Amino acid sequence: MKKYWDVFFNGIIPGNPVFVLLLGMCATLGTTSSAHNGMMMGIATAVVLVCSNVVISSVKSVVPDKVRIPAFIVIIASFVTMLQLAVNAWLPSLNESLGIFIPLIVVNCILLGRAEAFASKNSIFASFLDGLGTGIGFTFALILLGGVREVLGTGKIFGAEIFPEDYGMLLFVLAPGAFIALGYLIAIVNKIRKTC
Amino acid sequence: MKKLASTLPNMILSLGCITVIAGALLGWMYSITKDPIAKQAQAQQQAAIAEVAPVFDNNPEADKWETEIDGNPFVVYPAFEKGKLAGAAVKGRSMNGFAGEIVVMCGFEADGTVKDYRVLQQAETPGLGTKMELWFRDPAGARSVIGKNPDKTSFYVSKDSGGEIDGITAATISSRAFLETMRNAFEAYRQYEKTQAEKK
Repeated sequence: MKKYWDVFFNGIIPGNPVFVLLLGMCATLGTTSSAHNGMMMGIATAVVLVCSNVVISSVKSVVPDKVRIPAFIVIIASFVTMLQLAVNAWLPSLNESLGIFIPLIVVNCILLGRAEAFASKNSIFASFLDGLGTGIGFTFALILLGGVREVLGTGKIFGAEIFPEDYGMLLFVLAPGAFIALGYLIAIVNKIRKTC
Repeated sequence: MKKLASTLPNMILSLGCITVIAGALLGWMYSITKDPIAKQAQAQQQAAIAEVAPVFDNNPEADKWETEIDGNPFVVYPAFEKGKLAGAAVKGRSMNGFAGEIVVMCGFEADGTVKDYRVLQQAETPGLGTKMELWFRDPAGARSVIGKNPDKTSFYVSKDSGGEIDGITAATISSRAFLETMRNAFEAYRQYEKTQAEKK
């Protein structure tokens, strides 16, 4: 039981994909202009990650080593395309705010990274937990980064006003602000990880 | 269970099976989402037309009229009330945005006065160009285009010579593209009016 807990927890703080592994930066920086967008992107990625981890883990013994990468990519891409169709059909507003970043989940290295490093070597249940943990860690990181950028940039958090928008620093809504905010957040997370 | 050896038949078989299953799943997903997606697009368009066009009692989508201005397609959805042209919703686009295509549904009254507009699609800079949905209806200064007639008011950014509409601060390119779309949509509406006059 302890082992499974560790597998689950690893993705949240010790091996957080954004703050510790620095994976999936394109989607991270691109979609976190607000906390809401960050959260939606995180959830979308987490759903694909859990599904692909489970499927990859269950087919791992019938996929020869030499073709494992193309096989994994086909599985991941299928899930992403299905997710995109579903979002288009039933959540059009989400599709508007995330746009191109949903199809780009295919090339998010977190997915292939977890498939290659974990799901192709471990049991289905452990892979499920690993996907869930990493997905939650990713979502948490995106909400945090999106929240910081939204507050500093527009004075709002999840659309609720904290201070008037005129005092916001526009820089934080744009790409340079994403890098600055991410840098400081990584520093803070590292500090916390070292002290505990 | 032991891993399959990487022999050619094994690799072909395994990859083949995975792609066939993936393809089948995608086909199934496509077939169940096809109708909702089409419905969404349809509903969005209808809502946009109803919001921007004057009151009508016809089916603007059935009476639509297409034209091309500056190489971009424009669609006029005429609004008739009791058989008389009461204005139109014009779906216009411009490729001159800061980040690609801008699609706007512009609503005109019978004389060409702008009634309302909806930005249907844009990829402008968040926080700058994306403000266009609200900016050009803001009564402050000379921002608003609503209630103005492109025949009487110059639909250019006030920074440019002769312009009479205030562009979005720090997003002049987006503003120019937006106003260009409005001007061309107005042009499309005028062209449509002419075809109607000829009919009579």
